[in-house]
Amino acid sequence: MLSRVAENLYWLGRYMERAENTGRIVNVNGNLLLDLPKGIAPGWQPLIEITGSGETYRQAYNDFEERNVVRFLLGDNQNPGSIISSLSMARENARTIRDVIPRESWELINELYLYARDNVQTGLSKRGRYEYLKRIMRASQTFVGLSSGAMSADAGYEFLCIGRILERADMTTRIIDVRSASLIPKETSGLLPFENIQWISVLKSLTAYQMYRQHVQARVRRAEALRFLLLDDDFPRSVYRCVALVDESFKELPRSDAPRRAVARMEKAVKSGDIAKMAESNSALHDFIDSLQVELGQIHNEIVRTYFYIEEPAPASTQSQSVATA
Amino acid sequence: MTIRWRDYKVEGIYDEVMKGAGRPRDHARLLTRYLASLDEDELFSIQAAAELSIKEMGITFTVYSQAEGSIDRSWPLDVIPRVLAAEEWRRIEAGLKQRVFALNRFINDVYHDQKIIKDGKFPKEVLAKSVNFRKECVGVDPPQGVWAHICGSDLVRDSDGTVYVLEDNLRVPSGVSYMLENRQVVKRVFPELFENGGILPIDDYPSQLFDCLAALSPRRSGVPEVVVLTPGIYNSAYFEHSYLAQQMGCELVEGSDLKVSDDNVVYMRTIEGLSRVDVIYRRIDDLFLDPEAFRKDSMLGVPGLVRAWKAGNVALANAPGAGVADDKVVYAYVPDIIRYYLDEDPILPNVPTYLCIDEKSRKHVLKNLAKMVVKPANESGGYGMLVGPVSTKKERDAMARRIKKDPRNFIAQPVITLSTVPSIVGKHVEPRHVDLRPFILSSDQMHVTMGGLTRVAMRKGSLVVNSSQGGGSKDTWIVEEGSA
Repeated sequence: MLSRVAENLYWLGRYMERAENTGRIVNVNGNLLLDLPKGIAPGWQPLIEITGSGETYRQAYNDFEERNVVRFLLGDNQNPGSIISSLSMARENARTIRDVIPRESWELINELYLYARDNVQTGLSKRGRYEYLKRIMRASQTFVGLSSGAMSADAGYEFLCIGRILERADMTTRIIDVRSASLIPKETSGLLPFENIQWISVLKSLTAYQMYRQHVQARVRRAEALRFLLLDDDFPRSVYRCVALVDESFKELPRSDAPRRAVARMEKAVKSGDIAKMAESNSALHDFIDSLQVELGQIHNEIVRTYFYIEEPAPASTQSQSVATA
Repeated sequence: MTIRWRDYKVEGIYDEVMKGAGRPRDHARLLTRYLASLDEDELFSIQAAAELSIKEMGITFTVYSQAEGSIDRSWPLDVIPRVLAAEEWRRIEAGLKQRVFALNRFINDVYHDQKIIKDGKFPKEVLAKSVNFRKECVGVDPPQGVWAHICGSDLVRDSDGTVYVLEDNLRVPSGVSYMLENRQVVKRVFPELFENGGILPIDDYPSQLFDCLAALSPRRSGVPEVVVLTPGIYNSAYFEHSYLAQQMGCELVEGSDLKVSDDNVVYMRTIEGLSRVDVIYRRIDDLFLDPEAFRKDSMLGVPGLVRAWKAGNVALANAPGAGVADDKVVYAYVPDIIRYYLDEDPILPNVPTYLCIDEKSRKHVLKNLAKMVVKPANESGGYGMLVGPVSTKKERDAMARRIKKDPRNFIAQPVITLSTVPSIVGKHVEPRHVDLRPFILSSDQMHVTMGGLTRVAMRKGSLVVNSSQGGGSKDTWIVEEGSA
């Protein structure tokens, strides 16, 4: 498989997952705000922090009004992490490798991009938003299904999976980080019911609520939620599970020693987390998440070094440069 | 509206479907009967369904405009097909094989002994001034002596029914993917007609192309590594490059994916490391192919590629320099070329062509500009040409100046009233002019596509069919007689 093609598949996986995740957090935040009293509602700013796009955002907007934040996250071409930008990049990557991915996958991505672009006004209206986002999230899931159902499980497929799973792990850590930081301080225990609601929303952002109820059976609390999202063996968005999946993919690839060493370091880092301490202290949690982000970055760098730049640096495609860390 | 063939006007032109008002050609009966059976809205909903499929299948082509840069447009397809009788087609097919076979002999001769010039059958000056003659290719022996492995020849039919060859594209002809995709779309919308219409299939092309390319491999053992080399996603034919690579199961590579080693072997960069390449179906023009051999500023090419080709370690299709025969002045000599190398009469005629380099012809052309089509010798895509009858005085004057300045670079032909095919125009069906581009493969064997890409000028009366100039396309049906 061509290095360039592997790189495109990797980014295709990342961008499709990113579009879905962005849709998910917008959707869940909207619902959360309906349930919380005005005084303690975190508003829309956390979404900007989660997506790590504060700087870009502040250049264009001076407040964190719902309209602006939603526009920025859904349809803003200037925001490289917006749904429309992610889908456009996914489409560009897919276009370049149309000869590699199943035809249906290309058609799906193409249609999805056109839908997202042509209906962005629907997505911006409060009433139309749910339908708009649901369609995007569904299509992303369909893409995953098509890939596993119509693509040979060859190296290309593994790069697509690795991209998707790394992006997913990245989003899980970001959501935990930002949400917990903006949650109500522990002392105000009079507001405990609302803390629960917020942890429920964290789980929902990651489609984890239902599985949490089935597998944890405890009421939703910070420590249990953190354990589930970081360390659960089976939940597909838990960081540990993501790391394990990435390692499975690497086993199928040639010359994967160095990337697998990076994965092993990350696995060790995840397991070393002290959940009890993180449940008590926001700063302990934040430091821990930081360390995971560093490890994720290392895995990415190792992939680039091993597979994408063979022998001498080939001209990098611009998208991987500009949005690699968004 | 329901189509009323009695009201379809074909006076003074050759229509591919209708002999006259209300009288379909024999091989078009099934089609015309079927179309007439559709009610008011059915035909238009079929056209709309086809357009939707094209959008969803992502069949696009890229247009350049100064204002908007490069933009992707949906491929324009008119669902009413162009039909040809199989019997007539077999003659055309034989004519194309004859023509391309002779052209390959000519190219090989031009880069070796130049016997045709020594024998006085081809003027030395024409060759000397050909911008597509590559001195770097002199003395090279590509496999089987074939240079133009993939040729796209444009055919037109005049009002008296004669089919002419209008030009031969021997560099990097495009359009075959649209031919294949048009068939996919039209099959989806007219399944009834394909069940018993005697329409001959065209799907063999990708495997024939692969076999044609694989036969060029310099390595005799193992499965040859064939790749398609594209300038990248911003090229107007990128869709096709990608499509063909996919259909052949080959890697689609860009220049930066390839590397030529010091011992003149071509490799591609893969996740396993460097991997050897045997045959390159290159869709990059000669001059951008290799900055070592041609243009130094090419960012698209692969340094050392021509070196590897000359060493016989990699096959290039088409071979560099093949474009020497893709020149509108050389074109005028093709009938002589066929007679010279094959000692046969040409099966397919050329359009009568005036070479402006010849003084008598030039005078005639300059006097009759308003009645002629003037073309630069080395442009494609319909750029830089003058269509006399629809030109302004200002345009004709400008063309006259250009001809006088560089006569070698211009040819002129009488206006051919291209044949027409019924086409959907707004809410009506009207005749529109068409041409036909079949594709001819040559290596150890020769193959011709079953039909080709029919291009149609969607503007009323227009004779310009290029998609870059607002033309559309049609599926082309070769229909076996007796089944319609």
